[in-house]
Amino acid sequence: MWFVIRCFMILTGGGAVVELMEKSAFEGLLPVEVVGCRIIAAPPEPMHLISPYKGQEKPLSAAMKSAHGMAFPAAGRATGKEGARLVWFGLDQAMLIGPAPDARLSEFAAVVEQSDGWAVLRLQGALAEDVLARLVPVDMRAARFKRGQTVRTQLQHLQVSMTRVGGEVFQIMVMRSMAKTLVDELQNAMRLVAAR
Amino acid sequence: MRIDGKGLIDRSVTVPFAFDGQRYHGFAGDTLASALLANGVRVVGRSFKYHRPRGLLTAGSEEPNALVTVGQGSGATPNLRATTQEIYEGLEAVSQNRWPSLNFDVMAVNDLFSRFLSAGFYYKTFMWPKSFWQRVYEPIIRRSAGLGALSGEPDTARYEQAYAFCDLLVIGAGPAGLMAALTAARAGADVILADEDSRMGGRLLAETEPLDGEAAHIWVARVLDELAAMDNVRLMSRTTVTGVFDGGTYGALEQVTTHLANPAPDAPLEAFWRITAKQAVLATGALERPVAFPMNDRPGVMMAGAVRSYLNRWGVAAGQKVAVFGNNNDAHRTAHDLQEAGVEVVALIDSRANATVTGDFPLFTGAQVINTRGRKSLGEVHVQTASGVEVIEADCLAMSGGWNPTLHLSCHLGGRPVWNDSIHAFVPDPKNCAGLHVAGAAGGVFSTKGALKSGVFRAKEALKALGMKAPSMPLPVAGDAEFAITPLWQVKGRKRAWLDFANDVTTKDVELSARENLASSEHMKRFTTQGMAPDQGKNSNVGALAVLADATGRSIAATGTTTFRPPYVPVPIAATGSAGAGKGFAPERFMTSHDRSLELGAPMIEAGLWYRPSYFPRKGESTWRQACDREVAMVRGAVGVCDVSTLGKIDVQGPDAAAFLDFIYTNRMSSLKVGRVRYGLMLREDGMVMDDGTCARLGPQHFVVTTTTAAAAQVMRHMEFVLQGLRPDWDVRITSTTEQWAQFAVAGPKSRELLNGLLEVQIENDSFPFMACGEVRIKGVDARLFRISYSGEHAYEVAVPARFGAALFDLLLERAQALGGGAYGLEALNVLRIEKGFLTHAEIHGRATAFDLGMARMISPAKDCIGKVMAERPGLKGPLREQLVGLKPAGAAKLMTAGAHLFMQGGEAVSDNDQGFVTSPCYSPTLGHPIALAMLQNGRARHGEVIDIVDHLRRVRTACVVCDPVFYDPDGGRCRG
Repeated sequence: MWFVIRCFMILTGGGAVVELMEKSAFEGLLPVEVVGCRIIAAPPEPMHLISPYKGQEKPLSAAMKSAHGMAFPAAGRATGKEGARLVWFGLDQAMLIGPAPDARLSEFAAVVEQSDGWAVLRLQGALAEDVLARLVPVDMRAARFKRGQTVRTQLQHLQVSMTRVGGEVFQIMVMRSMAKTLVDELQNAMRLVAAR
Repeated sequence: MRIDGKGLIDRSVTVPFAFDGQRYHGFAGDTLASALLANGVRVVGRSFKYHRPRGLLTAGSEEPNALVTVGQGSGATPNLRATTQEIYEGLEAVSQNRWPSLNFDVMAVNDLFSRFLSAGFYYKTFMWPKSFWQRVYEPIIRRSAGLGALSGEPDTARYEQAYAFCDLLVIGAGPAGLMAALTAARAGADVILADEDSRMGGRLLAETEPLDGEAAHIWVARVLDELAAMDNVRLMSRTTVTGVFDGGTYGALEQVTTHLANPAPDAPLEAFWRITAKQAVLATGALERPVAFPMNDRPGVMMAGAVRSYLNRWGVAAGQKVAVFGNNNDAHRTAHDLQEAGVEVVALIDSRANATVTGDFPLFTGAQVINTRGRKSLGEVHVQTASGVEVIEADCLAMSGGWNPTLHLSCHLGGRPVWNDSIHAFVPDPKNCAGLHVAGAAGGVFSTKGALKSGVFRAKEALKALGMKAPSMPLPVAGDAEFAITPLWQVKGRKRAWLDFANDVTTKDVELSARENLASSEHMKRFTTQGMAPDQGKNSNVGALAVLADATGRSIAATGTTTFRPPYVPVPIAATGSAGAGKGFAPERFMTSHDRSLELGAPMIEAGLWYRPSYFPRKGESTWRQACDREVAMVRGAVGVCDVSTLGKIDVQGPDAAAFLDFIYTNRMSSLKVGRVRYGLMLREDGMVMDDGTCARLGPQHFVVTTTTAAAAQVMRHMEFVLQGLRPDWDVRITSTTEQWAQFAVAGPKSRELLNGLLEVQIENDSFPFMACGEVRIKGVDARLFRISYSGEHAYEVAVPARFGAALFDLLLERAQALGGGAYGLEALNVLRIEKGFLTHAEIHGRATAFDLGMARMISPAKDCIGKVMAERPGLKGPLREQLVGLKPAGAAKLMTAGAHLFMQGGEAVSDNDQGFVTSPCYSPTLGHPIALAMLQNGRARHGEVIDIVDHLRRVRTACVVCDPVFYDPDGGRCRG
């Protein structure tokens, strides 16, 4: 499976062979499954933080639409779909997940690679909302936090980005170094909820 | 004694349990209290101070007497109220505050000396000798007065904390709360109904009054069924709302498995909820208050409403011969309910001369109970009537002094209760209850009909505030009996009359407080400890104020009340803090090399939240110093590899990026060439040094700033503040990239040789000189290379995307070992930098200026920067300042310790003579003796002088020579090589 250590022996653009092994932030930690709920690592995808320069929001959004087929999101929203998503990430910031950013975007925005900076997982299942109610001080119920909504908040002590990407599927992003703590916290809450 | 046909318990399910080791049986639906009462157990606890035998007083969470410990060892929970603890098969409860047993308690001797144990006695008595208070008297007093004890072991139970959200939170599921919840639920609002009881219904479950022509509990069940079937309603039983906080946040404690014989292993015992509600209805009902007549604390003296609860809800008669004593009509119900159930009522005593009392039992009006007899169970009640004293044989006395609205939560945001003269009780002040609508008995509406109506009315108020349309709500047919009361607070007599049963406070204590001129309610409370027990004055508060008012000649309204603060019931810290237990205390941050470092046996040291290896021990090395010395020598002589990913990395881009960096750094960054790195210093606004680090220019408008590990977040925050607050006109975007890159220092004379074995394009001194940076490819991966040095050696830092970090670390180690080097940890890193006089936050300690650190010249005179003006303040420069120096031993090498203070040689080591302190000491394997960095008054002018360093904690005094802080390679030739 893709989340275990693997050795890339593919040809890169420069023609050289990548001889360093990749290691997922969640190696050995996922998947985790408890009755009614599971967490899996999200497939590794390129991620870039896009921060529009002053007054460039509109041309950036237009460039984004033509290059990647989605507009720059409003606060608390995620645009796009599986494989190409733009997740609001804070004041004047959105995380482009999936496609490599079109070179034109750099005219209108600071584009900074974050593919390895954030660890991304999916929490899914019928009890996912109950699990998050143990961890996140935000109303995550479907009526208040719909598909396509996103929030920067805290999960216990962790600063996270959370997006509802499906009916019972949440994408949770945390800084890479804290991936284990994220899994520990989720797992603990999953057990508590399942035990009820 | 059980009464056939009465109660809402399930008699088909027998539940065995134990109290103080004795085995009993109860039924499903019983509390520990109702089951003990049914089994004829009269004494359930010993009083706090006098160790008097005590029985049940109430049937609810306000119980002051029946405190028990449940469970054993580390799983024991003390001070649980028997009235709220449900029984389950195998429940083991034990009584508290008695030795050796509940029946025979040695400390009951206190009761004989009660005249000497009045309020505040210990402050007056145990004054000499002064030192004895803390060491002798207080421990003894605390041991003899008391509650249940903790096991002293870590709590093994699991707890949980959780968040919930709603439009309307209804607190309390009695008639008012049920109607409020139903009204809002039918309107489509998102409703949470929380009730502390295991079964919702409040007083409706405890009275015989019919509702809509049928037994009230049937109506309750129907309403609950309707609510439970609605998606927009959440019913939370066994959940006590304990506090009101800002922004519509409510704290609530849920008993999750405290009532279960075999809970799931992972299930929490209790959960602490933070409920955010747009509006709330306070429907918490009322608490009956005792009358302070002499000897009113005997086992068998109970609240009249509680006697009805035990009878009607649990089918238990509280006695075989019951007397009832009250000052209001409500008390009469107890006598009538008991008689109807076939229990002998020996007297109904109403203190009001004009009261209308009926019933087929002895009736007394205008009469008062003036004394009782019976040690472990009530035996006699002495009643003063107009014609004389009647002695009545009774084993239970049901008393009622009226009802106090349960208004506690209305005070949590600062509301002060107001006195209501018609019910003679405090009620919430609606002006101070923003978003909290008070319904039913909590607002002083005591009839069932009134409560139902008030529930609807308050729910409609809340719906209006929510902008929702209220449905029309037909009211069930209910009783509307008028609540008639004439105050009776105390019956004076020679003997003690209890106000606060939990803390053993009597009317005499309150009168003494008034005599001692502690006449305000707050002073009285602290002097007598009334209201400071686990029940927090729920039973005693108003009664004590009335006695104080009487003693000081004021009205109760003028006396005022102390306020109520969260929590409403005791909340285990284990529940509120459950998320912080164990590793939940703080996140752990791991570098990509973490697993490998552990494999190599490296002990980890916490740096902020990061885990960093302190050294990499090899065979034959028994101390950290041996490993550290070897690692230092390795870097100086060959090559070492160290994971430095924890250093903060901030990506700065935009048309004004260079101007921005000029503004936050003391030195100029705009003149930096692309592909070059510069060391920089940042000041705080007050002129002190905030952080140091490097700034690399990757493109004309693209920089990467590094910070120290400790200040990474602080610098990011500072930059955000500058951009948002000080220079919003600048077009700059900053992004933390700390986690994107795994970055390794490769340091030592053989560092270039190591790297050239991995890089696709070789580097040379000309193409990649000291302080160069650029993009490279290493084993097919795009990487960043910086030629910077924190060791003073020819060194690089190489950064790859974090997913390659573990593999690159392995590869670098392998190559380093082949060249006679290896990994080095934080200890060696520290020694290497001290030898070079480089700084950390030991030196940049928040009070050091650039001048102090010998870096005044780094503040560019040609431009402005943050902190520049304030760094010019008088007193921040000159010979009085403590300045960075180096220290080495004068003579034979001796111990130098961090935090040791500096004094003139031979001078007295007292604070008046203090001249500075040691910031960073180490043993330098390169120089072969200890060295240290220190801050010394006028230090730069004193190189060569001998001073003493003194460490009072470790008893060290060492003579040292002051020297330049750069001990090794002062010209810096090695890093340029």
